[in-house]
Amino acid sequence: MSLSDAFGAGRFAITSEVGPPKGTNVAEMLATAEMLRGRVDALNVTDNQAAVMRLSTLAACVHLKNAGFDPVLQVTCRDRNRLALQSDLLGAASFGITNVLALTGDHVSVGDHPSARAVFDLESVQLLEVIRLLNAGADAAGKELHGSPEFLVGAVVTPEARPLRPQMAKFGKKVSAGASFFQTQAVYDSESFKRFMEYAHQFDVKVMVGVVVLRSAGMARFMNKNIPGILVPDPIIAALESSSDPQATGIELTARFVDEVRDYCDGVHIMAVGAEHLVPAVLDAAGLTEGCIA
Amino acid sequence: MIVVRQKPLDEICAMIAGHRRVLLVGCNTCAAVSLAGGETEVDTLLQLLRLTNKRHGTFCELTPAVLQRQCEPEYIDCLQEGDYDAVLSLGCGAGVALLASTVGKPVYPALDTLFIGSAKGLARWQAECSACGQCVLGMTAGICPITRCAKGILNGPCGGVSDGTCELGDRPCAWVEIYERLDSLGCAENFDTILAPKDNTTRQICEWDMSEGCDEK
Ligand code: SF4
Ligand code: SF4
Repeated sequence: MSLSDAFGAGRFAITSEVGPPKGTNVAEMLATAEMLRGRVDALNVTDNQAAVMRLSTLAACVHLKNAGFDPVLQVTCRDRNRLALQSDLLGAASFGITNVLALTGDHVSVGDHPSARAVFDLESVQLLEVIRLLNAGADAAGKELHGSPEFLVGAVVTPEARPLRPQMAKFGKKVSAGASFFQTQAVYDSESFKRFMEYAHQFDVKVMVGVVVLRSAGMARFMNKNIPGILVPDPIIAALESSSDPQATGIELTARFVDEVRDYCDGVHIMAVGAEHLVPAVLDAAGLTEGCIA
Repeated sequence: MIVVRQKPLDEICAMIAGHRRVLLVGCNTCAAVSLAGGETEVDTLLQLLRLTNKRHGTFCELTPAVLQRQCEPEYIDCLQEGDYDAVLSLGCGAGVALLASTVGKPVYPALDTLFIGSAKGLARWQAECSACGQCVLGMTAGICPITRCAKGILNGPCGGVSDGTCELGDRPCAWVEIYERLDSLGCAENFDTILAPKDNTTRQICEWDMSEGCDEK
């Protein structure tokens, strides 16, 4: 099974993500993926996430592919110009990687090489257009390709961005630029997510709701303060605060949220942020128990 | 105008150490308006350098001069002859460069050139333009995304915006400002146009001769 199979079958798709290691030892990353085997349709592989230098997302995707997973290649525009982006995309396709998630990427100044030059020769919308061209058999300069990819192309959206209107307008641009599925930034308020979906439903795209499992009230406050576009409502923070087992409460809250919104969207993307071992418990609690990938 | 700012004194001292007669050259155009290279600033720097020399017991003869514009040959001809062995320029990078190609002596920059900007109140300037050679302000309500968006992206805002502030935390998000101004001008539909990747060949223009016109490429 794969992400495109799930979408094709109209099944509620489940994805999660893994981060490549800082170094060459991929054992831990593969062990993390192993915890999710059979439970998710695909695994996102982050691309120097938060501008922290790591093993390349393409190499990590190949490792995962060889291990029988369906990887989603995250591609940011921070580190590569349009030539490098296209070569890596062709390289990925040559290894049988079929899912791409186009992102602009965090600025280098938030990462561990803050004095590096940020590239941004393209950004997410332009990258989506370039991927559409590659899929159609030509490169960004209009030159014909000898063998072309067939990427399933995704993008991200922040349903609770402040302000919201420019973000919604950009969502429309990403659709026109060829995104066929979206993963959202983590959302906690089901009503606000449903409002977003009322807007999103005018477009013929798949939307996967993003969730981050909260493990403590402190983590929730940290995210509210530091992660743009994330808004953990006070009642959730209070529930975590008063719980004797905040982690179990976090799992339960996530499962309840997924249950509330699953009829409004096409899948869930679970960002485990270092707690991938909790993902199966979340899926169990949400009743998402069908096996997905071999 | 070109917005400049004076380098730290230590850095300036290190550059001119070893020279016995240094000419300090200000520029009465952008650098003066930028409060970094006019008569007052040349004089202040000269006093500071004299004090430093005195404190370290070093000797260096310092002479001030202020030109109308360091970036035009006709204004700098007067410097050709002179009893100095190095020049400390209080002009922008273009001023330093033209002096260095003219005077036949080492020329050092006393300023860092920051950006093309506008005055934003007393002693404050706003970066407005990065001289990309292919202006898109007509699509962006006069707010430059190349310069004022931290990522220089043409189809923003990115996911890093938080309550209208850029993910870098040091500026309002340019793309939120663009959206709001387009909206208030009744041109919100501009926002739906996908701006194509920049033609970076215009950034490589190294010399421009007006007589060649502008449709070369
Ligand atoms: S678009 Fe280019 S030319 Fe226009 S203001 Fe911005 S940097 Fe300057
Ligand atoms: S937050 Fe706004 S100004 Fe900052 S990088 Fe993103 S789009 Fe550009």
